[in-house]
Amino acid sequence: MKSKKLPDLKITASDIFVKYSDGKRRRKLKVMAENVEIVKGTSLWKDAWKRLLKNKLAVFGLIVMVIMVIAVSIGPAIIRWTTGFTADYIPSDVGNGELVSSFPPSWEHPMGTDEAGRDLLARVLQGGRISLMVGVISTIVSLIVGVSYGAIAGYLGGKIDNLMMRIVDIIYAIPYILVVIVLLSVFGGPNTPGWIAWLSEKFGGAGNQGLNQIFLLFFALGLVSWLTMARVVRGQILSLKNQEFVMAARATGVSTFGIIFKHLVPNALGPVIVYATLTVPSVMLTEAFLSFLGIGVQAPYASWGSLAADGIKNIAVYPWQLIFPGVTMALTLFSLNFLGDGLRDALDPQTRKF
Amino acid sequence: MLSFIIRRLLLVIPMALLVVTLTWVLIRAAPGSFYSSEKKLPPAIEANIKKKYGLDKPWYQQYGLMMGNILRLDFGDSLKYQGQSVNEIIKRHFPYSATIGLLAYILALILGLTAGIVAALKQNSAFDYGSMALAMLGLSVPNFVLGPILVLVFSLWLFIFPPARWGGLMALVLPVITLSMIYAAYIARLTRAGMLEVMRSDYIRTARAKGLAEWKVLLKHALRGGIVPVVSFTGPALASLLAGTVVVEKVFAIPGLGNIFIQAVLNRDEPLILGIVAFLSILIMIFNLAVDISYGFLDPRIRYE
Repeated sequence: MKSKKLPDLKITASDIFVKYSDGKRRRKLKVMAENVEIVKGTSLWKDAWKRLLKNKLAVFGLIVMVIMVIAVSIGPAIIRWTTGFTADYIPSDVGNGELVSSFPPSWEHPMGTDEAGRDLLARVLQGGRISLMVGVISTIVSLIVGVSYGAIAGYLGGKIDNLMMRIVDIIYAIPYILVVIVLLSVFGGPNTPGWIAWLSEKFGGAGNQGLNQIFLLFFALGLVSWLTMARVVRGQILSLKNQEFVMAARATGVSTFGIIFKHLVPNALGPVIVYATLTVPSVMLTEAFLSFLGIGVQAPYASWGSLAADGIKNIAVYPWQLIFPGVTMALTLFSLNFLGDGLRDALDPQTRKF
Repeated sequence: MLSFIIRRLLLVIPMALLVVTLTWVLIRAAPGSFYSSEKKLPPAIEANIKKKYGLDKPWYQQYGLMMGNILRLDFGDSLKYQGQSVNEIIKRHFPYSATIGLLAYILALILGLTAGIVAALKQNSAFDYGSMALAMLGLSVPNFVLGPILVLVFSLWLFIFPPARWGGLMALVLPVITLSMIYAAYIARLTRAGMLEVMRSDYIRTARAKGLAEWKVLLKHALRGGIVPVVSFTGPALASLLAGTVVVEKVFAIPGLGNIFIQAVLNRDEPLILGIVAFLSILIMIFNLAVDISYGFLDPRIRYE
């Protein structure tokens, strides 16, 4: 077989082998070439992942987020194990006639202590759990509501679409802070829905009113931040719904519900994921803002927002009480924003929007 | 064009009424009321006060009264600030918010447009990366962290600017900077993206091909198309700025409308909440209309239906 040089051929594994229904792979094609390079098929997601890894800033964001999540999950336990401090531990000598309980950063307290003499590093890590959970849970809630709403409006079209989008316009004009307060007060206290109580019980013990309130806040924030998501999804669905695969699905008798959620939504996932990564920092900022106003996370629980709000009161004397929680939060948001930006560029390389 | 403006202006009225109605429903949906948070009044006095504000009537009459008030643009008296009408309160506190809001937006425009245009023209240069990283930082630092840190550095350590309160130009500097940063960052990103897209378009190539000077291509052709996204951001941004950004007002002790609104919400001061919501929603809609009109001047391809 050394007579003629055969052309180089690029083929994928699926050109050579066929997977049969009994699960075995059988050869379907004989290849005659000198250099056969079997190219693995790259899916959209693998391709996007490769592009993401090329973006240095996005990789930086990813690494910071991974570190942050690990620090927040195991950090408090490590501090407790090494120094004995926890987020709500007040050293006894502080209570006994010590005049100052706010100590500047030292080896013992790397971030100093707060007003009550509690270790600030432990509080920042503990508060990070709530801040990151706000980001994740509220975004999931806003995803579920926004994607369903936008997809239904976009697919049904016509008058229903028009009505649904005008409703979105009107809700936009209502101050979200009002909605959050009403949701918190309507469903707070004795009216807490059972499943929220269940969730907070799983997280930190039964019958904990403060924790119930925090979980309620997660859902309230999700319920006020789905509007833009609905618009994004609707736009995607509008451009997808007239394509052949939808027509084919309709012809084979798939229900409207099936078409929307099994055929259209998975195809609109790229922009949804991108927008979701950008929603995470924005809900975290909103939570911090509400905590700053005293509506969000309440003592004895802490989030980065409420820690920063406490720090502002003492800014002139104990600046570290604002700077450490503030900088930790800013670093997290910074990384999340870069990650979101990188994801957008990776999933949608053609259009580099803002 | 004129009929477009008139139609949109007429639409403002039902939209504002709807927004106010929904707000009213929300206030009523929450348990308790303004009087449940105050210390307990003798029942006779409470009944008298409720009568004065029309709170003794059935809900549909109260709703009708409120709607009538709003159509006359008279929102009645505040529950919390006794004897002061909602209109007076808005008139008194809005100028503070408007001043810092407007100044902050002008500063944000100057910073954002310059950084965005230069970054787009020198794409992938050190300036591009530097200014975009800075913009991302601007988007990521919450303003209740930035504000106090500025106060710490410039008032408490360096004694350059007063730390808080209203009075004099110097007192405006720190709040305006704090407020403008996030908007400057947003505008810089929008401008850069818009300019990058426009610079690749056919009409820029045409303008260059017919031998126009580069600065003319930039300023007369590219900029007009490139800032369209900035303009659409301007409407809602300006409205929220003028309405007062609560955090900055709180940090710098400025008696603006944003703080009054949050207090009203926490106090459940119904007439004041409704008055401010109506005022703001009308403001937002008018700004949005102005933005829609300006599209036509910026981009001749956009037509009004």
